[in-house]
Parts: sequence; structure tokens; C-alpha cells
Amino acid sequence: MASNSDAKLSTARLVTRLGLVVVAMFGFGYLMVPIYDVFCDITGLNGKTSNEVAVAPVIVDTSRTVTVEFDSTLNEAMQWDFQPDVRKLSVHPGEVKTVTYRVRNRMAQAVDGQAIPSVAPGGAAEYLKKTECFCFTQQTLNAGEEKLMPVTFFVDPELPADIRYLTLSYTFFDVTKVASNTH
Amino acid sequence: MSEATTHDAHDHHDHGPAKGLMRWVTTTNHKDIGTLYLLFSLLMFFIGGAMAMVIRAELFEPGMQVVNPHFFNQMTTNHALIMIFGAVMPAFVGLANWLIPMMIGAPDMALPRMNNWSFWILPFAFTMMLSTIFMDGGAPAAGWTIYPPLVLQTGDAFPFMIFAIHMMGISSVMGAINVIATILNMRAPGMTLMKMPLFVWTWLITAYLLIAVMPVLAGAVTMLLTDKYFGTSFFTAAGGGDPVMYQHIFWFFGHPEVYILILPAFGIVSQIIPTFARKPLFGYSSMVYASASIAFLSFIVWAHHMFTVGMPVAGELFFMYATMLIAVPTGVKVFNWVSTMWKGSMTFETPMLFALGFVVLFTIGGFSGLMLAIAPSDFQYHDTYFVVAHFHYVLVTGAIFAIMGAAYYWLPKWTGHMYNETLGKWHFWLSTITVNILFFPQHFLGLAGMPRRIPDYSVQFAEFNMISSIGGFAFGLSQLLFAYIVISTIRGGAKATDKVWDGAEGLEWTLSSPPPYHSFSEAPEVK
Repeated sequence: MASNSDAKLSTARLVTRLGLVVVAMFGFGYLMVPIYDVFCDITGLNGKTSNEVAVAPVIVDTSRTVTVEFDSTLNEAMQWDFQPDVRKLSVHPGEVKTVTYRVRNRMAQAVDGQAIPSVAPGGAAEYLKKTECFCFTQQTLNAGEEKLMPVTFFVDPELPADIRYLTLSYTFFDVTKVASNTH
Repeated sequence: MSEATTHDAHDHHDHGPAKGLMRWVTTTNHKDIGTLYLLFSLLMFFIGGAMAMVIRAELFEPGMQVVNPHFFNQMTTNHALIMIFGAVMPAFVGLANWLIPMMIGAPDMALPRMNNWSFWILPFAFTMMLSTIFMDGGAPAAGWTIYPPLVLQTGDAFPFMIFAIHMMGISSVMGAINVIATILNMRAPGMTLMKMPLFVWTWLITAYLLIAVMPVLAGAVTMLLTDKYFGTSFFTAAGGGDPVMYQHIFWFFGHPEVYILILPAFGIVSQIIPTFARKPLFGYSSMVYASASIAFLSFIVWAHHMFTVGMPVAGELFFMYATMLIAVPTGVKVFNWVSTMWKGSMTFETPMLFALGFVVLFTIGGFSGLMLAIAPSDFQYHDTYFVVAHFHYVLVTGAIFAIMGAAYYWLPKWTGHMYNETLGKWHFWLSTITVNILFFPQHFLGLAGMPRRIPDYSVQFAEFNMISSIGGFAFGLSQLLFAYIVISTIRGGAKATDKVWDGAEGLEWTLSSPPPYHSFSEAPEVK
């Protein structure tokens, strides 16, 4: 029966190894989250724009004009009015511009909102930079309060020549519950 | 399968099964557990099938007729989850339990107690899953892919669904570890890897796929759970997450999963066709390598399920070409099956009919898959009935036809009784004709633009939907015949010989029919 106990030993070892693979793959599922973020950061593929404050460039490329369109969306339960003052703007790459959004809370209580920017086409996301934005922090509006929210941005002169239209889209999410949950 | 038959002449002094209900609860015998898995799968097949009947009844005519839209969505979601995790996967695990030890000359599975556990988790998981239908807010209704943010709107059912999926995952991971340990450690002397029957090979590869991707699904649904209840933002854009990332993680599991659902079917067909063509399988080693290549490629094609999320052209091209590459090993397999039959002395008993039906109809599903793989045209087909037609051709006439072929092929071995050949043929022809009436028109509906997962449709789609529903009801009814044949074969019938089929090859046919409760306590010599 010597061979039998050998086989048992190796079964135990095999099962342990397979178990480790299972644990590792569970971890890999979670590892995909940072991998995804880093990958999208480098490539700008998912249209997420950086929420870091950019420094305005010195050069303005007056040889071409890019049309930037502004879009506003509210997430499901959000009872706000949210509109940009201008729908579109022609800018030279490198030129710094400010656009304001008009936001009003229609609810009878204070609401914390977080605006999430997105740029289309996705490949242009990394070239649309903001020096100031209401999306950098959470915005709290009291019942019925109205605010003008500015965003100051420029289009990086490095923008590939084939991109002539950009859309900057904001979605406001209600984070009141999330904010109170984390306390 | 019943106590009476396993007690037949063959248990001399070695102990047979215990008596009564506790035999089934406490059993560690691979044949008992195989039987439990197969019967459970049959039950789930009818429950999932009943849900499909609700879907087809609602789609029989345009407009809202039978159920409300929310309930319709619950039906599509649960039909898929039950058919995938409750019917097809347990059926394959049941076949693995019954057949792998007998095919490799082992006395039992390597880990019999874990085997018992991995089965007995399932009834609890599915009871929990099905109980959500009666909960506040109804059962999950966001599709089997449970994409956020939609799935986060599920009512009380949400955590129950997540935990049910966890339990199904644990069950299949344990089953897979057991299969690998059995195949690698318990083969009879002389049974080298490249002598193993193809069913064993495809299951070995499937088991590796299972342990690689089921934990990823577990991770993805756990992220959904913490997003909903614990304030994390994996997929919530408000907190910096991205719902598209869920799709990437899900399909990293989901694409290997579809091969988990088909590779054992390839194995089954590769056992049946040589028997009835009376020729050895053509290109055995190329079959093994093709299966392994399909498994490898399954890890790098996931994003073809999400061509429309806004990928860059380079990504679409990569996933398109990688996907089309899978057609090569799959083509090798189809070629080998056809070559096995070439100049063979074929006969057409029911298992062979199902295997032939598989080869023809699965190939149709494969071709519509190739059409969907073409990224630019996928924008037109995405989320239409064309997709529904495609995956039902590969899963119903693919996986399920193979499972039914396997049931007819090995039922005489398992029970010691021959099934009724006339009824078996009736079942095959009824199924094959009705399944095509059911799913073939859905190709046209999809190409014409009918979206999937919607309870109502434009009147231009009325005729094809009515034809499809009629086919659906007829296909559903035909399966009652299958249940009748299986049950009556378990209960009695003409005595089956040990070899059952005169062209059959392999160790399982050297045992008596039915095989003794403990087989191969002394390992057979394989030359």
C-alpha cells in the first residue's frame, strides 16, 4: 500500500495548490480594478478626465479651432436643474476659457451632489484639461438654492489633429446618502 | 440507479448502498452523487423551461398579454441563471461523476466527502434563488449578466441572489478540484494522459477553466454587494467607479464560462460518434490540442461581448481577430467528427442522432457567432434576437443536445435497462424539428432589429414571434417525453448487455450493466 499513501499525499498537495489558484483568482478579480484604472489613466480609453488641477499652457495654437460642446445630465433620483450657459464654444488649443453651469436644487432639503465629467471621443479625454472645476469637490445646495458653477478649461495643444469636436459631459449624482453613510 | 438494480447480483460481500433517504444525503459514492446531480439538473431544466414558456407566451403576440414587464424581466433573468448554473453545469458535473472514475479505471472520485458537499450546496443555492420570486421587489430582473447600475435597483432579492451565486460558484469550484485530483492521481496503471477518453480530457480542461474564472465572478458579485450596502464605489460613477469595468470583469469570467458549457459537450460527442461510426476517433491528439487552444483563447476574447461600449478601434480589432481565431480549433473539431464518420459503418440509434444533430446545429450556432464577432456588424446585431438565436443554437442544440445524447448513450450502462428506442427517436425528431421552429426565426427577428429582453415589440415582428412561440411550446412539451423515457428506463426495461453498443470502446463498457456499487476496487490494466 506504499504507492497508495504516496498518491494520497500528492492529492493533498494538489488540492492545496488548486485551492491557492482559486484564492489567487479571487484576488485577481479585485486586482483588475487598479489595473483597469491605471490602463485607462495611461490610455484615456474610458473618457474619464483627470480630476487634477492643470496648469495653463503658455503657447496658444491659433492655427486651428476646436469646437467644445457642453452637456449636462442628472442621475436618476437627482431633483436638480442643471444647464450650461452656453451649448458650445470654439476655442484654439491652449486658450483658457471659463463656462458656467446654472444649478438649482428643486428639493425641499439640502442635497450633496458630485459631478462626474466625461469626455467624448474617449481618445480626447486626456487632452481636455481643467484649471478650476465645480467637479473637483462635492457641491451642497440647500433647499431651493441656485448657484452658478464655473469650469475653467483649455484644450491641450498636443490634441491630435484629426479631433475637431469634443464633448464635455457632466453627470450630477446625489451623494447625500453616501456622504452620511461614511460618517 | 434505484436500490433494487444496484443490489442485483454484483455486490458479493462488499457493502452496497445504505437504505432509505439517508443513503442519498450522506452518500460519498460517485455513482450516487452523479445520479443526484443528473436528477437535480433535470428538475432545474423543467423549472427554467417553465420560465421560458412564460417568456414565449408573452411574446406570442405584440402588446402586453400575459405578464407585466417587470415579471417578464424576472423570467428572462432567472431562466438564464437556472439553465446555466442549475441545468447545464450540474448535468456535466453529474456525467463527470458517473463516468470519469469508470473511464479511467478509478474506484471513486479523489475527494468523495467534498463531492457530497459540492452537490448538496446546490439545492440550497437554488431554493434561495427561486425564493426571491416571492420577495418584495421581485426576483432579480437585470438579466443574467446583472450589470450595474440596473442590478443595484433590485429589491430585497439582491443579497439573496448574490449569495446564491456565491454558493453555486463554491459548488462548481469544489467539483472542479475533485475532477482534476481524480484525473491526475487516480488513473489506472497504463492510462496515460494521451490515452484518456476525450470526455475525460475535455472535462480536465473545463475544470481548469472553472477554478480560474468562478472566483472572478465571485469577486465581481461581491463588489456589487459592497457597492450596494457598504458604500464602496467599484462601479458607481459618483464615487469614481466605472460601470463599464463591471462588464470587463464579468466577461472575463463570462467568456471562459461559455466554453465551460460546451467543452464537455465536445467530449461527449467525441465518445458517441466513434461508437456508431464503428471507427476510432479521427485525429485524437488534434482534438486534445484543439480543446486546449479553445480554453486558452477564451481568456483573451471577453470584450467581444461589449463592442458597443466605446472601445478604441485597436481594441475592437484585437478582440475581433482573437475571437475569429477560435473558429480554427473549433473547425478542427467539426472536421474530425465528420472524418470519423467518413466511410464508417454508421447506424442511427438515438445517441447518434443527438450527436449528429449537435454537429449540424452547433455549427450553425458557431457560424452566427462568427457573424457576431465582426465588430462593425456587431453594432447592428448587439442586443437583438440574433444574439438570442446564436447562443440558443450553441447552448440548446449544442450543450443540451449533447447531454441528452449522453443520457441515451450511458443510461443502459447506468440502469442496466435499455431505453425504448422508438420513443427515443420520437424524442429526437420532435426536439430537432421544434427547436428549429423555435430559434431559427429569431435570427431574422434579430437582423430586422428586434431587441432582446423586451416584453413587447413592433407589429412587424408578429409573424416570426408567433412561429417561434409555437416552436417553443412544442419543444417544451417534447421534453416531457424525455423525462418519461428516463424515468421508465430507471424503473425497468429490456436487460442491457455489458457492452450495450457493439462499437463501444472504453473501460466503462467492461463493467456490468448496471456497474457494481463499487467498481474497479482493483485497478484494471490498460495496454
